[in-house]
Amino acid sequence: MRAFTQHQGLVAPMDRSNVDTDMIIPKQFLKSIKRTGFGPNLFDELRYLDEGKPDQDSSQRPLNPDFVLNQPRYQGASVLLARSNFGCGSSREHAPWALDDYGFRVIIAPSFADIFYNNCFKNGLLPIVLEEKIVDQLFDEAEASVGYQLTVDLEAKTVTTPAGESFSFDVDDFRRHCLLNGLDDIGVTLEDAELIKSYEDQRRKTAPWLFGAGQ
Amino acid sequence: MAGKTLYDKLWDDHLVKQREDGSALIYIDRQLLHEVTSPQAFEGLRLANRKPWRIDANLATPDHNVPTTDRAKGIEGIVDPVSRIQVETLGKNCDEFGILEFKIMDQRQGIVHVIGPEQGATLPGMTIVCGDSHTSTHGAFGCLAHGIGTSEVEHVLATQCLVQQKMKNMLVKVNGKLGTGVTAKDVVLAIIGKIGTAGGTGHAIEFGGEVLQNMSMEGRMTVCNMAIEAGARVGMVAVDGTTIDYVKGRPFSPTGENWDAAVKYWRTLHSDLDAEFDKVVELDGSEIMPQVSWGTSPEMVADVTGNVPDPAQEEDPIKREGIERALKYMGLQPNQAITDIKLDRVFIGSCTNSRIEDLREAAAVVKGRKVADSLMQAMVVPGSGLVKAQAEEEGLDRIFLDAGLEWRDPGCSMCLAMNADKLGQGEHCASTSNRNFEGRQGFGGRTHLVSPAMAAAAAIAGHFVDVRELLN
Repeated sequence: MRAFTQHQGLVAPMDRSNVDTDMIIPKQFLKSIKRTGFGPNLFDELRYLDEGKPDQDSSQRPLNPDFVLNQPRYQGASVLLARSNFGCGSSREHAPWALDDYGFRVIIAPSFADIFYNNCFKNGLLPIVLEEKIVDQLFDEAEASVGYQLTVDLEAKTVTTPAGESFSFDVDDFRRHCLLNGLDDIGVTLEDAELIKSYEDQRRKTAPWLFGAGQ
Repeated sequence: MAGKTLYDKLWDDHLVKQREDGSALIYIDRQLLHEVTSPQAFEGLRLANRKPWRIDANLATPDHNVPTTDRAKGIEGIVDPVSRIQVETLGKNCDEFGILEFKIMDQRQGIVHVIGPEQGATLPGMTIVCGDSHTSTHGAFGCLAHGIGTSEVEHVLATQCLVQQKMKNMLVKVNGKLGTGVTAKDVVLAIIGKIGTAGGTGHAIEFGGEVLQNMSMEGRMTVCNMAIEAGARVGMVAVDGTTIDYVKGRPFSPTGENWDAAVKYWRTLHSDLDAEFDKVVELDGSEIMPQVSWGTSPEMVADVTGNVPDPAQEEDPIKREGIERALKYMGLQPNQAITDIKLDRVFIGSCTNSRIEDLREAAAVVKGRKVADSLMQAMVVPGSGLVKAQAEEEGLDRIFLDAGLEWRDPGCSMCLAMNADKLGQGEHCASTSNRNFEGRQGFGGRTHLVSPAMAAAAAIAGHFVDVRELLN
């Protein structure tokens, strides 16, 4: 997995709560058996005026001029500023894949849905929870100033504004460690293979009905 | 020291390693696989030259992309070539790694969350995962069951474990008794309406109280299924006699001495009387009315006797804007009566409501009646081939067909419209599924979440109607 240490990037504010994963990447694009190529269909139904289809050249489609990511000032954004409960709904990992493929590296919101939050870390994407009033402030600043950038430091667990104001965020140690070092967490788990085997052997004795049934 | 909750017990029984950094390795007893969220996981295994840790812990079936007509053609019946590749890929992956798969032509094929319990592949006390957020369904059996992403599907395939942080405990207690015509679906919609779509975030929800104790297993599955719509990855109900009776005699269920030992253990799977919860919410079951969602989030629900809300009455500006946006998308007016919402289609199916009891509930309403002429389509999609066979044995298919509903083959179908079953732009649908997000059932489609009985009543009337009037 790609490591994440520090990132500075242009901020796009998406002023809408409860953004669900169907909205982030609609179902017709989940038919792909790959992990890449979802970027052009990120927020498809908000971004384009027509109905998107898989394997279509999206560069020729009519854009919705009102959608934030279509505005010239937000081209090249890599930090998504969002509202509460971002990523709710379906567990589809295609949602972080699409955000990543589009070019986002960081998502900041007052809260995230659990499965989406977890899926981000598996893909080198950093979701950051900040207090609602801080998020409100960042929305105001991002909308007021063209070219507004934030700097995120995962080592120091801080988000810093262009004026130098810094906000701390929490992230659990294991996820942070994996992200900072770009670790494959399957590899980390397999370091405990003996422990898993001994748990399993014990389980075979105490709960034999859980093994081999129906085969 | 306080006693343990059901979640605490399931967690402790599956804890392989507690790490110092707060994360833990949890052993997974069962992984269910379907075609949409597994191909990249299998590919990841191959690229890293890894093998599945325990083949017999996995069970697979295609469900999201399968057509609900012309099934005799098998995979060839999937018109969309991209969908077909995905179903074929699941087959190839399962064959390559030796994983049991109920293929498209197998009568046991169906929606993963229907076939697990049906086969006894879902057993009390298990940890169950699937790359699908509605895996919470299996919590109805006193399981620790939740949806995961594709990277985690790969992680479980490779290690039989999941890296987890322990969640908080939440109890949702529904007291009293439900009125006639009020179902498990109304209960869960009312819960979501009360606590909101983020009300359970970070928590494992245990559903309890007299209403849950008196509920059938299929009703409990409907409630747990939508825990995720309240923000909780995990929904659970304690094991009792109802659970054990349901599990007995199923193909994957234990027998003989193993059965006796299992039952002894399963009987311990409930929260201790002195267990403490981080959050407790109580509802009075007798006050719950048949529910209808009017908006684009499952928390946007109203009693069938009520009205669409007026955003002008909402003080919170973010909520007000959410209501305004939802009403615009849904093409509804503030204060409009719910029963004035006209429908274009009716969908009875999905992992929430496609089991035999759901079909019986809908059939009881449409029996001897006719679908309204104004409706473009009303369809019934059973949750599995076995549910379909059972329904046909009971003559439910005839009741639906005589009333003018379509009787389809099993799959996820119009719940998320990955196959050919979908809404057209602007169409209103009474749907027994679980999500009313924008575009969920088709580009520009307008979903109203209801119970099977309410969907059936709406099919007859052509608009929403209080099903209790038809039952009298």
